[in-house]
Amino acid sequence: MAVCVAVIAKENYPLYIRSIPTENELKFHYMVHTSLDVVDEKISAMGKALVDQRELYLGLLYPTEDYKVYGYVTNSKVKFVMVVDSSNTALRDNEIRSMFRKLHNSYTDVMCNPFYNPGDRIQSRAFDSMVTSMMIQVLSRAPCCRAGEALWA
Amino acid sequence: MEAAAGGGCGSGPPLLLSEGEQQCYSELFARCAGAAGGGPGSGPPEAARAVPGAVTAAAGPVADLFRASQLPAETLHQITELCGAKRVGYFGPTQFYIALKLIAAAQSGLPVRIESLKCELPLPRFMMSKTDADTRFGNPAELHGAKVQIPYLITEKNTFKRMDDEDKQETQSPTMSPLASPPSSPPHYQRVPLSHGYSKLRSSTEQMHPAPYEARQPLVQPEGPSSGAAGAKPPRHQASLIRSFSVEREPHDNNSNYPDEPWRITEEQREYYVNQFRSLQPDPSSFISGSVAKNFFTKSKLSIPELSYIWELSDADCDGALTLPEFCAAFHLIVARKNGYPLPEGLPPTLQPEYLQAAFPKPKRECTLFDSYSESMPANQQPRDLNRMEKLSIKDMADFPVPAQDVTSDDKQEQNKTRLEQNKIRLALKSTVDEALPKDMSEDPATSKDSNSLKARPRSRSYSSTSIEEAMKRGEDPPTPPPRPQKTHSRASSLDLNKVFQPSVPATKSGLLPPPPALPPRPCPSQSEQASEAEIHPQLNRAPSQAADSSPTKKDIPYSQPPSKPIRRKFRPENPAPENQEPSSTVGGPASAVTGKPHTAVQKQSSKQKKAIQTAIRKNKEANAVLARLNSELQQQLKEVHQERIALENQLEQLRPVTVL
Repeated sequence: MAVCVAVIAKENYPLYIRSIPTENELKFHYMVHTSLDVVDEKISAMGKALVDQRELYLGLLYPTEDYKVYGYVTNSKVKFVMVVDSSNTALRDNEIRSMFRKLHNSYTDVMCNPFYNPGDRIQSRAFDSMVTSMMIQVLSRAPCCRAGEALWA
Repeated sequence: MEAAAGGGCGSGPPLLLSEGEQQCYSELFARCAGAAGGGPGSGPPEAARAVPGAVTAAAGPVADLFRASQLPAETLHQITELCGAKRVGYFGPTQFYIALKLIAAAQSGLPVRIESLKCELPLPRFMMSKTDADTRFGNPAELHGAKVQIPYLITEKNTFKRMDDEDKQETQSPTMSPLASPPSSPPHYQRVPLSHGYSKLRSSTEQMHPAPYEARQPLVQPEGPSSGAAGAKPPRHQASLIRSFSVEREPHDNNSNYPDEPWRITEEQREYYVNQFRSLQPDPSSFISGSVAKNFFTKSKLSIPELSYIWELSDADCDGALTLPEFCAAFHLIVARKNGYPLPEGLPPTLQPEYLQAAFPKPKRECTLFDSYSESMPANQQPRDLNRMEKLSIKDMADFPVPAQDVTSDDKQEQNKTRLEQNKIRLALKSTVDEALPKDMSEDPATSKDSNSLKARPRSRSYSSTSIEEAMKRGEDPPTPPPRPQKTHSRASSLDLNKVFQPSVPATKSGLLPPPPALPPRPCPSQSEQASEAEIHPQLNRAPSQAADSSPTKKDIPYSQPPSKPIRRKFRPENPAPENQEPSSTVGGPASAVTGKPHTAVQKQSSKQKKAIQTAIRKNKEANAVLARLNSELQQQLKEVHQERIALENQLEQLRPVTVL
């Protein structure tokens, strides 16, 4: 299960970031931030081909000793970044892909809401609940972490 | 514990009661005894047995109880005779229990005999009044609020055990709760036969209730637990109690297992929503796009995050557009929110699109719905009950921290409050318009007198200038399809002209068409039609306005006539608005410009025609003015184009190589 989930806008500011609150959340925010470089690298590498042919799922961006970071880009350059626990070896690539797909679907639903302006923070309860389901089940509903976003603003 | 009740008193035949029956009977006895006001009224069977002589059930409540069993009168007489009450002159516990057992026997179809007592019988069924059930369980709800909620989180078997505990505690609580006196029960009995059929079904479907109750727990604190207690009871052992519980809920539920009163859309509200939908999108079977809906809902002045959440709830298929049921759900949520209800966590079942579509299949054809605008609801009791209960519940929900006892006291005055509650719904509609939440409560007493003025008030302030009045008017009219102005003005070739003509001229012509067949034929429209064909009559009178007014207003229920006239007056200046396409309203508009006075029929007709002619003249003048304006605009454009051309030619001149002269 994911430890941290983030949705990054095209301009590389966070639309939604949420992590398990037990650990130092700042660490996750840094991780996500640094992973953006890797994402850009991957996009530009593949970008020589047409956008259509570019795969949305980017795969493992970089592993650390404790965590693995996965990335996913939509056609509108909105990035999803997910940090998972390295110890959780049961997670296979397919599962990660399906999690990203769920994220993408929920994000699309948020977009469909006419009251949502693209570029706003995502405050949809449906989205929140979906992300919660992806996080580690042990904890109760984690509040959406906004403190770290000041860094990026 | 079982036979002690019978043996303790020593009179009457020995009575063998099962544990469940013991519970049930003792509770019923306690109620009847407690309702008498005197006596210890103590629930626990031990006390009853200990002091058999002192504890008697008063004849009044007992008689009501027996009547609630819905047995024929002579059977009841037989029973009372047999049980020994007549002999001893009072209803002691023994007599009472025997009577209950005999009632059970009679309801099962067995003859009323002492021998029947020996059989294994189901519990007697009573159609309890809501009041009694409420008061009885209103208190337990508060006392054991948290405790009661637990049962339906665990399995059925466990819940049964817990319910036993509940019962024991509940039987004690009647002593504390102000048991409602039976005299108020006749109004409830009216409701009861309706739900009688459902209660039988209910027992088999009890287990499903915990789920919806869980969903609405945050909303319905006092009621939820009590009804939840009912929901968790397995039917087998507690049949009568369940039914008494279920009857308590019946008026809420009305055909389905959804006890979400504030989230249930009434007929009236439904009509209103449908009309609003039509104002945004003429075809009821297609959708409203997101941007259109956004603009519309933004006018309700709710905050954007709330609106966003409401959208999320109501757009079930997440396609960025609202179909009619989705729109109704969204609108209803907005109305509820403006009335102060917190938004639910999930879309309530009564607002699901499938439910809405099933419940209200054809909004167009439901002419009878317009009766809902009148004070007298349609003869069908169910909508009335539904509305009454919903209004009551909305009134209750609005201050739901108040204990359930208030609910019951409201019930008692239900008759008096019927009108009040109906106005409450209109207030609900109004509040979306007025955006003044606190006014709701304060205006409640004021509006109870005059529902007409209440109806007029929403129209005086609309949040989309004409659409509310439009909608209400359209609602009062029979369900005509929206007018197609293009048909009547095929001569207008350019689109601009079509748009120009749309609001003004087609209104007159199509407005004077005869009404759809659903309504009784009236002479007025046909006469105005003739008038429009240029038959001049010299008499000038106010009557035509009255008559023309009455032509659309006749469609309205009479009481709404006074408010509709001032509203129509407002339509006049707003006529050119593109939304304003409804024929009758625009007919009413110019027609009501002069206030009507009653006149004789002959004068009426002639002056009607004259009035119609004047109307036509006015319309033509307006069209003239519009055309003139258009003309001037086009002239302006022509001038500009000329200037551009001149400028371009100049440039060309300059760029051309200079020819040597």
